[in-house]
Amino acid sequence: MSAEGDRYVLSRKDVSRLLEQLHQRGYTVLAPRVHEAALVYGEIRSVEELPSGWTDRQEGGTYRLERRSDDALFGYNVGPDSWKKYLFPAHEKLWTARRTAEGFEVEESRKTGPRYAFLGVRACEIAAMHIQDRVFGGPYADPGYQARRTGALIIAVQCGQAGNTCFCVSMKTGPRVTQGFDLSLTELLDGNDHRFLLEVGSERGAEIAESLHLPVAPPKDVRAAGELLDRTAAAMGRTLRTDDLHELLLGSPEHPHWEEIAQRCLSCTNCTLACPTCFCSTTEEVPELDGTKVERWRRWDSCFTLGFTQLGKSSVRRSGASRYRQWLTHKLASWQDQFGSSGCVGCGRCITWCPVGIDLTVEVPVLRTGARSKSSEGTAKP
Amino acid sequence: MARKTRPRIAVWKFASCDGCQLSLLDCEEELLTLTEFVEIANFREATSTVLEGPYDISLVEGSVTTLEDARRIQEVRAQSRLLVTIGACATAGGIQALRNFGNVEEFRRAVYARPEYISTLSTSTPIADHVPVDLELRGCPINKRQLLEVLSALLDGRAPNLPTESVCAECKRRGNVCVMVARGTPCLGPVTQSGCGAICPAYDRGCYGCFGPTETPNLPSLVARLGELGMDRGQRLRVFRTYNAGSPPFRAASEAAHEAGGAP
Ligand code: SF4
Ligand code: SF4
Ligand code: SF4
Repeated sequence: MSAEGDRYVLSRKDVSRLLEQLHQRGYTVLAPRVHEAALVYGEIRSVEELPSGWTDRQEGGTYRLERRSDDALFGYNVGPDSWKKYLFPAHEKLWTARRTAEGFEVEESRKTGPRYAFLGVRACEIAAMHIQDRVFGGPYADPGYQARRTGALIIAVQCGQAGNTCFCVSMKTGPRVTQGFDLSLTELLDGNDHRFLLEVGSERGAEIAESLHLPVAPPKDVRAAGELLDRTAAAMGRTLRTDDLHELLLGSPEHPHWEEIAQRCLSCTNCTLACPTCFCSTTEEVPELDGTKVERWRRWDSCFTLGFTQLGKSSVRRSGASRYRQWLTHKLASWQDQFGSSGCVGCGRCITWCPVGIDLTVEVPVLRTGARSKSSEGTAKP
Repeated sequence: MARKTRPRIAVWKFASCDGCQLSLLDCEEELLTLTEFVEIANFREATSTVLEGPYDISLVEGSVTTLEDARRIQEVRAQSRLLVTIGACATAGGIQALRNFGNVEEFRRAVYARPEYISTLSTSTPIADHVPVDLELRGCPINKRQLLEVLSALLDGRAPNLPTESVCAECKRRGNVCVMVARGTPCLGPVTQSGCGAICPAYDRGCYGCFGPTETPNLPSLVARLGELGMDRGQRLRVFRTYNAGSPPFRAASEAAHEAGGAP
């Protein structure tokens, strides 16, 4: 019998057997694939669709796909999208109302969908899911989110390298996957022996692991995986001091640096929509032209739009400075009061996918010193 | 709420290519439903039957480029309860607003064999420069879903849902990979209003800005980034001198590039 904490060796060629097992159990398997010019999550039917030998190079405002010198399947970090797009879709129909003789009747959208298996979930992304669990759970639980989330199988990947915009060590969310997974994989690449350390994280995971009849992992593989994670943790592209964030952000509403950031910020919404924890949405009614039916849809919204704070004919946060301040202050400080944790997991997406490369790990230290210099703890590498 | 009246719609053309009016014809199936609820009283692109005004809704395509049109738009306004401008020509002056940056007298003499037959203004201006406009629909051409949304909202007496956020928001929602970040392709998406569905980035092209500026466009920041991505001064000027060249933020951006002078 397999149990939580058990470790096995999964050879490179066994990955396709793992996929078969998932497909046999009726899962829609979602994993990173090369799509357009990035590694994007999407459905895979076979192991050949995984981005073997690809990696990413990330900087503020820049992402490039590159070839690796090996055939690693998971030799990169996080891309432009996150698992949020499956759990909290960008567009979701909430209900439909139909006109009747007496008035109208409402039909709720069905909350059942495909059962997802997420393959390649990073530590920071598991942390992000736990954050969104608090947002979409509790007394006002979102039934659609709940159904998708509890149904989803999480196959984590331990990061064998840190991206240039990663700072999970600072946010204490990674790179080690320690909880919230069904199975986890650590990719070990020595020479021709391409294999994975597979760890069981739940009963569901144990059942799948057992069906694969894998050899138990030798201590040297467990040690190699541990060392790899140590190296990743030591190679974070970014760092952020976190001990004073709550007071710092809430104590700096008038700091002149907000205005300086606003000179650069495009209010384009990219950071919020790429962020795996941002959860804001708006709803709209989509009526049929003949007036017999109306659908209510929810779609992703962002605190960078004027509509977000529109009251009557005007908006509360009209300046770019007030909108960026709202975003960062919520993310790093008031989120703690609201949900009991930081709203940032250190994945770096908001840095990479900001068209002008605005980098919170550079901006926060400026708020702290009060100075305008850019020499900061933010960029570990030149 | 049964609809008791059938609002009368008129479609008007000023200086334009007819593409936006065609978006209405392109509604095909919906157009049949629509005609049950509205009376298309004046739409020369579709029918030669023209019913007299007044009209409940006037859709106005095109910009004002002649004295005659400057007079005609006053008449249209006087006969219309609601006046909705459709497309970049009507809302910003269109591609023909490039004349605003040039010398029309010179063009006239260079282009026409008998320049004396040509009577034109030296500018192409949006409809809102001439008469009050109730609603603007952006785009070159407009998006048919947005047009239907406006008509359906007017029928139901509600405000239409026309977001004024950036194209980036549509890109992210539909899952386009940002062409600027992932390919270094210059893109006007961050300063351009959504509504098109983020078509160009979906085909790996930068946004051309045909929906005009967003609600809060930060042109200097984007222009600086376009420069870093390799656009020279001439390119930074031309990229803002297209369909919405006459919109104030895009105009300011192209003029700033022009004034930067020196090497291109
Ligand atoms: S704020 Fe930025 S780094 Fe933090 S979780 Fe969101 S996208 Fe990632
Ligand atoms: S932030 Fe950490 S866990 Fe997330 S991708 Fe980067 S290294 Fe991996
Ligand atoms: S911080 Fe960057 S990504 Fe976010 S709204 Fe501003 S310019 Fe856009």
